[in-house]
Amino acid sequence: MRLMKTILTGAALAVGLSGAANAEKLKVGFVYVGPVGDLGWTHEHDQGRLAVEAALGDKVETSYVESVPEGADAERVMTQMALAGTKLIFTTSFGYMDPTINVAAKFPDVKFEHATGYKRSDNVSTYSARFYEGRTVIGHIAGSMTKTNTIGYIASFPIPEVVRGINSAYLAAKAVNPDVKFKVIWVFTWFDPGKEADAANALIEQGADIIMQHTDSPAAMTIAEEKGIYAFGQASDMMQFGPNARLSSIIDNWGPYYVARTKAVLDGTWSSTDTWDGIAPGMVQIGAFSDKVPADVQASAQALADGLAAGTIHSFTGPIKKQDGSPWLAAGEIADDGTLAGMSFYVEGIEGDLPN
Amino acid sequence: MDLSSINAVALLASVMMASTPILLAAIGELVVEKAGVLNLGVEGMMITGAIFGFAVSVETGSSGLGFLAAFVGGAALSLIFAVLTQVLLSNQVATGLALTMFGLGFSALVGHSYTGQKPPPTPHLDIQALTDIPYIGPILLNHDYMVYVSLFLVAAVWYFLRYTRSGLILRSVGENHAAAHALGYKVVRIRILAIMFGGGCAGLGGAYLSLIRVPLWTEGMTAGAGWIALALVVFASWKPWRVILGAYLFGGVTILQLNLQAEDVNIPVSYLSMTPYLMTILVLVVMSGTNAPASIGRVFHASH
Repeated sequence: MRLMKTILTGAALAVGLSGAANAEKLKVGFVYVGPVGDLGWTHEHDQGRLAVEAALGDKVETSYVESVPEGADAERVMTQMALAGTKLIFTTSFGYMDPTINVAAKFPDVKFEHATGYKRSDNVSTYSARFYEGRTVIGHIAGSMTKTNTIGYIASFPIPEVVRGINSAYLAAKAVNPDVKFKVIWVFTWFDPGKEADAANALIEQGADIIMQHTDSPAAMTIAEEKGIYAFGQASDMMQFGPNARLSSIIDNWGPYYVARTKAVLDGTWSSTDTWDGIAPGMVQIGAFSDKVPADVQASAQALADGLAAGTIHSFTGPIKKQDGSPWLAAGEIADDGTLAGMSFYVEGIEGDLPN
Repeated sequence: MDLSSINAVALLASVMMASTPILLAAIGELVVEKAGVLNLGVEGMMITGAIFGFAVSVETGSSGLGFLAAFVGGAALSLIFAVLTQVLLSNQVATGLALTMFGLGFSALVGHSYTGQKPPPTPHLDIQALTDIPYIGPILLNHDYMVYVSLFLVAAVWYFLRYTRSGLILRSVGENHAAAHALGYKVVRIRILAIMFGGGCAGLGGAYLSLIRVPLWTEGMTAGAGWIALALVVFASWKPWRVILGAYLFGGVTILQLNLQAEDVNIPVSYLSMTPYLMTILVLVVMSGTNAPASIGRVFHASH
């Protein structure tokens, strides 16, 4: 009986102590639009989450829910996280914008970080990366290396972020190759390997010898590898899918930002901000150039990347006209963030119409 | 609107490749429905076949063994459905839907360690003499062997259902299971075998996606192809040859709209991407489904 009491007391103490220890850990939640195994967009966000654990492991406890559809399901997941005591929630897709705002209104003491959106409130911050700076660099490489002068682009949804990417890649490609043509296919999905593969095939059949994508899976890279043409890794490096095809890649590096924001919540210094970082702070990384890229192109691409990082070069510098011929940027003028954030037009020279 | 650079030959060849997964799944589901069972779990069986095929291919280095494993995997999953609906008499629609969700989750679990891997290549029919035949060569005679297997499967199912005794028995079970039972045929056994065949074919269709069409493994990669296959069976009025027509029509419009987009054709993209589904609905409306097996979806309980 005595032994029993001792054991029970010991157990109760242990539970109590561990409970007390756990109560001090900050709970950080992540809502993903695709699977962690997509080796594209969501994979990099998860790497960011792992960076938070590595940097602040003893003070935070992270959790995530993957493949959450944009819409009512997202609200449900966020609400559940908030009710479970999560105090900082990262929602990693544009389509989570309204759900985030709605749930944030119901839980004013929970902080939300919404990726690639534009609506903020007292407890909602937004953050995005200037992916278009990365597109400038890869557009430059593509324009220099294409033999058929046709570059295929697999686009997802016609939101400003995607349109910016197409425009900046085209401008950079045209700067080194005035005859270059972009063929754009809209697949209306962020993640559908079958459709992305079909789109890649269609572009290749139409004569494209370099493929760019704004979708989340490595399907297009795999097809490019199979057909012996070139492609660029998107969000993740994608080297293992295209050892010969991959020229370079745009890598989203969310780790430093996530660690900084989590620290801010721990310190109590968190406030609602809008962050739009590019190559300079390291949020957008250019993947290593493969040896298929000629040395002079590597050098000029690196110079471009360095210039973008230093702020001496900007992706959208005039003179640039819109697709319908109306003037947009005067010579030497640099596009402002406001126009870029709402960009819904093609620049001059891109054929085809933007879907609504 | 410059259609001249749409390479018609390459287009038709890729149509055949794009349509094969749904063709395989649909022909399997046709047999299942002819036996009087409505198995809505096609999507789950496809993706299970996709991961089993992928995993075995990567481990053994042979795509043939991969396809075999996909068939077995799909059949095994559908066996669960068979036991639940035929032995335990659960509702077929609900069980099928549950099977879809289970298949999606289970495949994600198994596939976790296979993301990022490349499967071995599948042999193509590559006889130079055949490929050189103008038009017919590149369109019909230059595919991987699964395209030909799928066409052979359709022919085999047609022959089986139309000309063999077992096929007749299967059809009678689908039309009126009470009468078939009264005649002494083992309704439950026949249906279980049909369900397993259907699951195996769906598995083959899924493996085609992960081994040939994409080819890599990612979670949820079937992206609704199983549902299209289900619609195709109705579209085809439960006749095997019409399944080919439906699959190639659907696959064809899907590929065509991608090519038209790349061609900067002036139809808004949203309309173009609707066309495969609109086409399916249109044909379903025009051809009414009066050929449905009379006992489809109804629970069979031997009354004596």
